Amino acid sequence: MYGNDFSAPGDAPDDMPGAGLLGEVEAAEAELRAAAARERRGGPAPDEDLAAYFTEVVDAEQKIEPRDWMPEAYRRTLIRQIAQHAHSEIIGMQPEGNWISRAPSLKRKAILLAKVQDEAGHGLYLYAAAETLGISRDELVQLLLDGKQKYSSIFNYPTLTWADVGAIGWLVDGAAIVNQVPLCRCSYGPYARAMIRVCKEESFHQRQGYEILHTLAHGTPEQQAMAQDAVDRWWYPSLAMFGPPDGDSTHSTQSMAWKIKRFSNDDLRQRFVDMCVQQAEILGLRIPDDGLRWNEERRAYDYTQPDYDELMQVIKGNGPCNRERMAHRRAAHADGAWVREAAAAYAAKRADKREKVAA
Amino acid sequence: MSNEHSPLWEVFVRARRGLSHTHVGSLHAPDAELALRNARDLYTRRQEGVSIWVVPAGAITASSPDEKDSFFDPAADKVYRHPTFYEVPDGVAHL
Repeated sequence: MYGNDFSAPGDAPDDMPGAGLLGEVEAAEAELRAAAARERRGGPAPDEDLAAYFTEVVDAEQKIEPRDWMPEAYRRTLIRQIAQHAHSEIIGMQPEGNWISRAPSLKRKAILLAKVQDEAGHGLYLYAAAETLGISRDELVQLLLDGKQKYSSIFNYPTLTWADVGAIGWLVDGAAIVNQVPLCRCSYGPYARAMIRVCKEESFHQRQGYEILHTLAHGTPEQQAMAQDAVDRWWYPSLAMFGPPDGDSTHSTQSMAWKIKRFSNDDLRQRFVDMCVQQAEILGLRIPDDGLRWNEERRAYDYTQPDYDELMQVIKGNGPCNRERMAHRRAAHADGAWVREAAAAYAAKRADKREKVAA
Repeated sequence: MSNEHSPLWEVFVRARRGLSHTHVGSLHAPDAELALRNARDLYTRRQEGVSIWVVPAGAITASSPDEKDSFFDPAADKVYRHPTFYEVPDGVAHL
């Protein structure tokens, strides 16, 4: 998941991401090209107010690029959000990585391996985008290891059965996509372009999860029960991925004004619920919410909110797997030190050799 | 992963024969050969390219957005470089 910055309230949007999320990504990419085509002539004049120029570019739906002047708070907000997003991709490999060796067939193993590899790739695209803002990869990695930057709370829940891999693909990746598609329109160019790439790759993740659950839900009674149990456990944590309700959201109308964030937490959560209801019916699985019913007046489903106190506890580090995830990451980083050193030593040795040959 | 030992590389991918290499992103690697291999794994997992360039990020000199106007201005008043500047008399073909 990942890009949610747990931000702010906003107006009810009328152009929410529609049924075809991939279509939304395509549209965002087309918009990016169109915006580039109508770029305003020239940079800021020598005596022009840079802040006014920045606002003008953002308001005109143009992209801010790394070397453009930007408000310090805009830079800091983006670094925090992109880094948290990148960390989430990296930590997010753990819950599913646990199941690579235990996936029920060679086909499922190969698919899950490709998905986890994608998550690593997404983390790297995002670290690269964050680095354009003037922070180094080393600093970002260290901030994660020191617990000074966060990752999505969802990865602090355990994957108890194979069906959990399906539920993660369907619900967690599904929620992530609903969150991420609007980020394809983010005002910061490198982030928007990374998100377009991520979203295009992400759609297979959601489908593979759905397929796993569909297979289990139409299998033996035991397999069906396993699928239902996974959905029961992942439903509310997935709803919590969109962050606190708009009334309690701390980060800023500012993110909306800067066009980093496009929709409020509650709007995105509603969109996700509305998408899932029909998908659950086809799976033959029940969404664990007695309060779930169609509201004709709102043209949307009423649903039970997740436990936000639990969300805050998990964010604070008290979720079921927080310590395990961080310990694993620190160990993996430390265990990989010799590889980084060996690669550097090898590169230095070869550079030496080339110099001698040249001399 | 020290930046000192593992510098930044910019990655360019040619999608198909006949197209130019296009910048796709960056990555860290200790040397050019590893940068190339990492770029293959990171940016072409779905056959996005037939050719990759990696360039040390430090070797790229970029123009500054601040000087964008003065830098590119000299071309602005030379409309006569475009064929549309010239009036073609009626009836002239193949011009």
